[in-house]
Amino acid sequence: MEKSICEQHEKLYAELDKFIEEIHADGSALIEVLHKAQQLFGHLPVEVQEYIAEKLNIPVSKVFGVVTFYSFFTMKPRGKHQIKVCLGTACYVKGADRLMDRFKEELGVEEDGVTKDGLFSLHGVRCLGACSMAPVVMIGENDFYGRVTPDEVPKIIRNYTK
Amino acid sequence: MAVSTNTILICAGGACISAGEKSVKQVLEEKLREYALDGVVRVVETGCMGACDLGPIVAVFPEGVYYQKVNAENVKKIVEEHILKGRVVEEMLFEGPQGKITEEVHEEHPFFKKQVKIATRNLGIIDPMNIDEYIARDGYFALIKTLTQMSPEEVIETVKKSGLRGRGGAGFPTGLKWELTRKSPADKKFVVCNADEGDPGAFMDRSILEGDPHTVLEAMTIAGYAIGGQKGYVYVRAEYPLAIERLRNAIKQAREYGFLGENILGTDFSFDIEIRIGAGAFVCGEETALMNSIEGKRGQPNVKPPYPAQKGLWGYPTLINNVETFANIPPIIIKGADWFASIGTETSKGTKVFALAGKVKNTGIVEVPMGITLRELIYDIGGGVPNGKKLKAIQTGGPSGGCIPAEYLDTPVDYESLKKLGAIMGSGGMIVMDEDTCMVDVAKFFLQFTVDESCGKCVPCREGTKRMLEILEKITSGEGEEEDIEKLEELGQTIIDSSLCGLGQTAPNPVLSTLKYFKDEYEAHVKEKICPAKVCKSLIRYVIDPDKCVGCTACARVCPVNAISGEVRKIHNIDPEICTRCGSCIEVCRFGAISKVSP
Ligand SMILES: Cc1cc2nc3c(=O)[nH]c(=O)nc-3n(C[C@H](O)[C@H](O)[C@H](O)COP(=O)(O)O)c2cc1C
Ligand code: SF4
Ligand code: SF4
Ligand code: FES
Ligand code: FES
Repeated sequence: MEKSICEQHEKLYAELDKFIEEIHADGSALIEVLHKAQQLFGHLPVEVQEYIAEKLNIPVSKVFGVVTFYSFFTMKPRGKHQIKVCLGTACYVKGADRLMDRFKEELGVEEDGVTKDGLFSLHGVRCLGACSMAPVVMIGENDFYGRVTPDEVPKIIRNYTK
Repeated sequence: MAVSTNTILICAGGACISAGEKSVKQVLEEKLREYALDGVVRVVETGCMGACDLGPIVAVFPEGVYYQKVNAENVKKIVEEHILKGRVVEEMLFEGPQGKITEEVHEEHPFFKKQVKIATRNLGIIDPMNIDEYIARDGYFALIKTLTQMSPEEVIETVKKSGLRGRGGAGFPTGLKWELTRKSPADKKFVVCNADEGDPGAFMDRSILEGDPHTVLEAMTIAGYAIGGQKGYVYVRAEYPLAIERLRNAIKQAREYGFLGENILGTDFSFDIEIRIGAGAFVCGEETALMNSIEGKRGQPNVKPPYPAQKGLWGYPTLINNVETFANIPPIIIKGADWFASIGTETSKGTKVFALAGKVKNTGIVEVPMGITLRELIYDIGGGVPNGKKLKAIQTGGPSGGCIPAEYLDTPVDYESLKKLGAIMGSGGMIVMDEDTCMVDVAKFFLQFTVDESCGKCVPCREGTKRMLEILEKITSGEGEEEDIEKLEELGQTIIDSSLCGLGQTAPNPVLSTLKYFKDEYEAHVKEKICPAKVCKSLIRYVIDPDKCVGCTACARVCPVNAISGEVRKIHNIDPEICTRCGSCIEVCRFGAISKVSP
């Protein structure tokens, strides 16, 4: 297995090693290590899970059990731009479901789906803590849209296709 | 000139950051530099100021003038007019429900006057990244007082006497929990702060963590002293990166100042705190599931007893309290139990923080004395329902809670009164719903949430909620049968009676409480196939009124599925077979020609 991983991956694994060492991780730090790994690799494929299991000296089944339990972790790659539509209560009351429908229609994917070109993935999330601006949409980690109406959706998507 | 003493506070709470706080701050600082004022006017980023829908908010002190909806453009006026010339910028003044708030009257305004700030006392006032500002507001004095003047028993006695109850939802007496944990014999004990804030429409705890992280650390350390613990964990949800960052910084500073670590303040008491990050599972807010998660396991609940006070983290006695519960502790220690107990009602002491949202004019974080009526909360503080719509119901307690109909507006907000109505105090989410909200759809929304979040450990919760959701889907799509309503009630009761943890035991509440107060609405869906609030897609149609349509083509142009036909200046028509009920056309028609009808 070692040889097949390309150079870029090797760098990521090295960074993960460093993190594990820094926090003196043992089995109880599994969730933190997974957070870091997902941040580095974008998702958590089986190889990465096996690697972590070996590093922390715990069974792979435990790692797998944890990854599948928490919705934050994903084994599938996500889109380059992750579109997060808030489906929290305040946003729901202000029509978030219609927004979600429009995103699905415009992108041609279902919730948690990735567009064919890999550019977007669509996710429903719970309360982004900006209920005053409901309904809200967040793209990636920094781009925030408040009081969004469904017909603004195509325009928002276009910001990322240019 | 007043210039030399000015401080400009700029809200860096979640909503204000989303509304562009960072660019406002940048321009503000540039402008101050331009006028060589950067040495004399201090710019401080604070936590949420509570009026999130009007953000970004900027306040100029010592005058106490608040400005709303500040942007990178108009912030220049604050510098050029207010700071340089001493003239208040009228048109940008903060506007509460009763009009603009100008200098000085601040405290008199109902929006502020009806609020009593204990847990949120420092929010919007101090820089959460600076421990000195916390100290300047009596920060860490409570810790000093406990370590130097009080025995652990005295601390517990004080908390007991204050009448403080858990703010995480269940309302268990805090002092009693501390005492139970103290009395469990063990050589190791832990303190955990529950900052998982799972209610999907609430952000009180987040605001406290982001706006005043030291208060949580101070209180946890006091708790550690009281129960005889050595180590604390704050369990924060991964969705709150800013809270995590500010907490990390606060822990670092507290260690540097000797408020955390070995031999705190030269005493023989040692205590340290670490952060643990969640990974997106609602059930992890439940205390036993949360502790499993801290241990790095799947976050599934355990059977209680044993309670965490007896057997918690890694089998050791563990005290677990909510963020807001902890935030009340330092003031109780400093001002005394009697002071705290003088606020609130007979059984519910102190205040409660709510995240007010939904169909209400002023949304944001409010802290009110227990016993205030819902009417005061929604109308005097919240400013009522916008757009001339009628209030229909108030939802508290999120997916574990219930809906309170408008008739009960004069109910006092306390643990018992809300429970009597079939709702709960909950952790503080308060969603206002107006006449455009369909209560069956609301019930479906919450059920969908529990179905997604059930951990799957027990059958009634896992399968029962699914069955209930199916029935609700049937009803909202016009396929409901009369016995379905009864089935919902029966299933709900079974799930309540036989689920292992609080998630399952409360999951049916949103359905049962809407059934209790809005049964006619369920019946309209089932018997007449009508959605009275015109929400359920299968039961409504969009139609164009030929008398009002002028043929402007606006609707046809926005319709994403080309369901609207008609030529320029001719009457338009919607094909119900193609229409997806997206609602876009209604929003763009300037002639009010499009409406929803049911059936
Ligand atoms: C499904 C479920 C979710 C919960 N979520 C939270 C939460 O997000 N935050 C919280 O403080 N308590 C939550 N609780 C309550 C905790 O189990 C626990 O009672 C609380 O943290 C105790 O602190 P307190 O006494 O200070 O309220 C939840 C309970 C259940 C059953
Ligand atoms: S009641 Fe539901 S969430 Fe709680 S343990 Fe059972 S299945 Fe899990
Ligand atoms: S509701 Fe949406 S789909 Fe239906 S006609 Fe209007 S714009 Fe078109
Ligand atoms: S419910 Fe969407 S931001 Fe809170
Ligand atoms: S986030 Fe700024 S007022 Fe709430």
